[in-house]
Amino acid sequence: MADNTPAPSSATTQAVGGMATSYRRKELRRAFESMVTSRWALVGMLILLIVTFVAVFGPQLAPFDPNRQNIMMRLLEPGEAGAGDLTYWLGSDQLGRDVLSRLLYGARVSLLVGVAAIAVGGTLGTVAGLVSGYFGGWIDDVIMRLGDIQLAFPFILLAIMFLVVLGPGLVNIILVLGIGQWITYARIVRAQTLSLREKEYVEAARAMGDSTFSILFRTILPNIVAPLTVIASFNVAGVILSEAALSFLGLGVPPDVPTWGSMLSESRDHLLSNKWWMAVFPGLAIVFTVLAFNIIGDWLRDFLDPRLKENG
Amino acid sequence: MWTFLARRLLQSIIVLIGVTLISFISLQMGGDPTYLFVSENASVEEIARAREALGFDRPLYVQYLSYIWNALQGDFGNSLSYRQPAMDVVLQSMPATIELTFFSLVLAIGLSIPLGIYAALNRGKPVDGGIMTFAMLGQSIPNFWMGIMMILFFGLYLRWFPISGHVPFLEPLFDGDFATAFGNLPRSIYYMIMPSIAVGTYTLARNARLIRSSMLEVLQQDYVRTARSKGISERRVVIHHAMRNAWLPVITMIGLEFGFLLGGVVVVETVFSYPGIGRLVFNAINQRDIPVVQASVILLAVIFILLNLIVDMIYARLDPRVKL
Repeated sequence: MADNTPAPSSATTQAVGGMATSYRRKELRRAFESMVTSRWALVGMLILLIVTFVAVFGPQLAPFDPNRQNIMMRLLEPGEAGAGDLTYWLGSDQLGRDVLSRLLYGARVSLLVGVAAIAVGGTLGTVAGLVSGYFGGWIDDVIMRLGDIQLAFPFILLAIMFLVVLGPGLVNIILVLGIGQWITYARIVRAQTLSLREKEYVEAARAMGDSTFSILFRTILPNIVAPLTVIASFNVAGVILSEAALSFLGLGVPPDVPTWGSMLSESRDHLLSNKWWMAVFPGLAIVFTVLAFNIIGDWLRDFLDPRLKENG
Repeated sequence: MWTFLARRLLQSIIVLIGVTLISFISLQMGGDPTYLFVSENASVEEIARAREALGFDRPLYVQYLSYIWNALQGDFGNSLSYRQPAMDVVLQSMPATIELTFFSLVLAIGLSIPLGIYAALNRGKPVDGGIMTFAMLGQSIPNFWMGIMMILFFGLYLRWFPISGHVPFLEPLFDGDFATAFGNLPRSIYYMIMPSIAVGTYTLARNARLIRSSMLEVLQQDYVRTARSKGISERRVVIHHAMRNAWLPVITMIGLEFGFLLGGVVVVETVFSYPGIGRLVFNAINQRDIPVVQASVILLAVIFILLNLIVDMIYARLDPRVKL
């Protein structure tokens, strides 16, 4: 059958492309203005930028090798000078390792685990939610009941159960934390897909003979990115907290990889002798990072969908 | 009501089967599970003997069915470090954990309700900002770190609270020794103050935000405006009209929070050397005592599922709009 649809002229394409660019620029400006007016969001973004910078340039910034043990320099107080006039700005731990250097390297693990787990859980959940909402029927039932089972008991217990058998490791913890998040995304994507699949433009795509894959990922998905971004931001905060808790229990990454959670775990044995710096600094690092993600999540929610604003 | 009950019971049974399935799969994921039950120095013959004795040489579906059958009878095998049934070991630690979880829940809910309502009634004022900043911080502090900080400051520096230990209340109560139980109660609470603050702060913060938001929504409803226009005192409007409806999302949250608190308890107990199920799991993880970890997780899951069932029933009773 001959296609009678007139091909868009290059002038039209250029005009549409130009409008899209101008719209994007306007949105970016609106986002920037909104962030500057909301002081908290600015603080959150600043913290996040610092943590990201530290995570990327940690090895260049760290004064010591984070795993270098020096028994002569063990449990030095913050600001005390070690051998060779090098100062241990945040003190040293029970094996004489520099707390500051371990903290800088730890940022890398926390961010990596947070972002990678969300990527795993977000991808799984989005695909499951799209399929569940679009096809409905028994597929929907099976996917949602699986989610109900997972939500029916505390996630940290599930993570403990798997990690105790699989053993600690970066990949294992990312997978377990990621799989733990999928249902959050699946539920939101499913609800959005259910309402979008009846919209005219989805009907139009179907009538034009677009493949199911194209309808799901090119027509529906771009329209549900906003709520997903908000959830992802809060989720990164939750995942960083979970990683810290699991590392604290000895189920995180291997001992030679410095993480904030494992640093806190090691600090427990030195609380009674008041070696406070071993506990205070890694904890503050976790609090500020999680706080930043929570603040950004709040701001994103209000910015992307003011209807969801917490009546504040 | 009965249809609703039957449906929820059926759902709970399916979830329980799912929990046992996940628990069973987790055992199989690391390869041959026999290695989890024998010492590192075990010979090939010893491993083969253990495999046969534990039934890991049978087909997977047979193993799963026998796992479910044993789990139904509370049989998760013997603890590798205590040399007695794993479930018995877990049950001994359970009363202390229930005490801590319950106390944390009471603390979190008891404080979040007035804080949330107060913030809603003072919307936009500095006090609202203060409460919400506290709530945001409360949601960002890891519970175990808060525990460590409290030990350092209130325990070691100010010496206001004990940094570890536990005085039993439920244990003598279950034994019928009421005099000892209630005699122990004040000290039991005193020992639980710091751990329960550590466990409950996240829940307190999250619920304060939820209640504030829920109250603000209800306060804008027509029936509240009508009540106000009739000249009813603000106190009466808040307590009798607004709060009654603002309660519903909170009740749902309580059920979910209990599970969250149970998860938190597992970590916080290790910080305070509190002799509950959390510390038991922590020690079991370090000693690779798989039967104890599995029995603990399944028991906590069962408690969580039952509590949610009860919460759903209360919810259905309080809100006739809920489809039964």
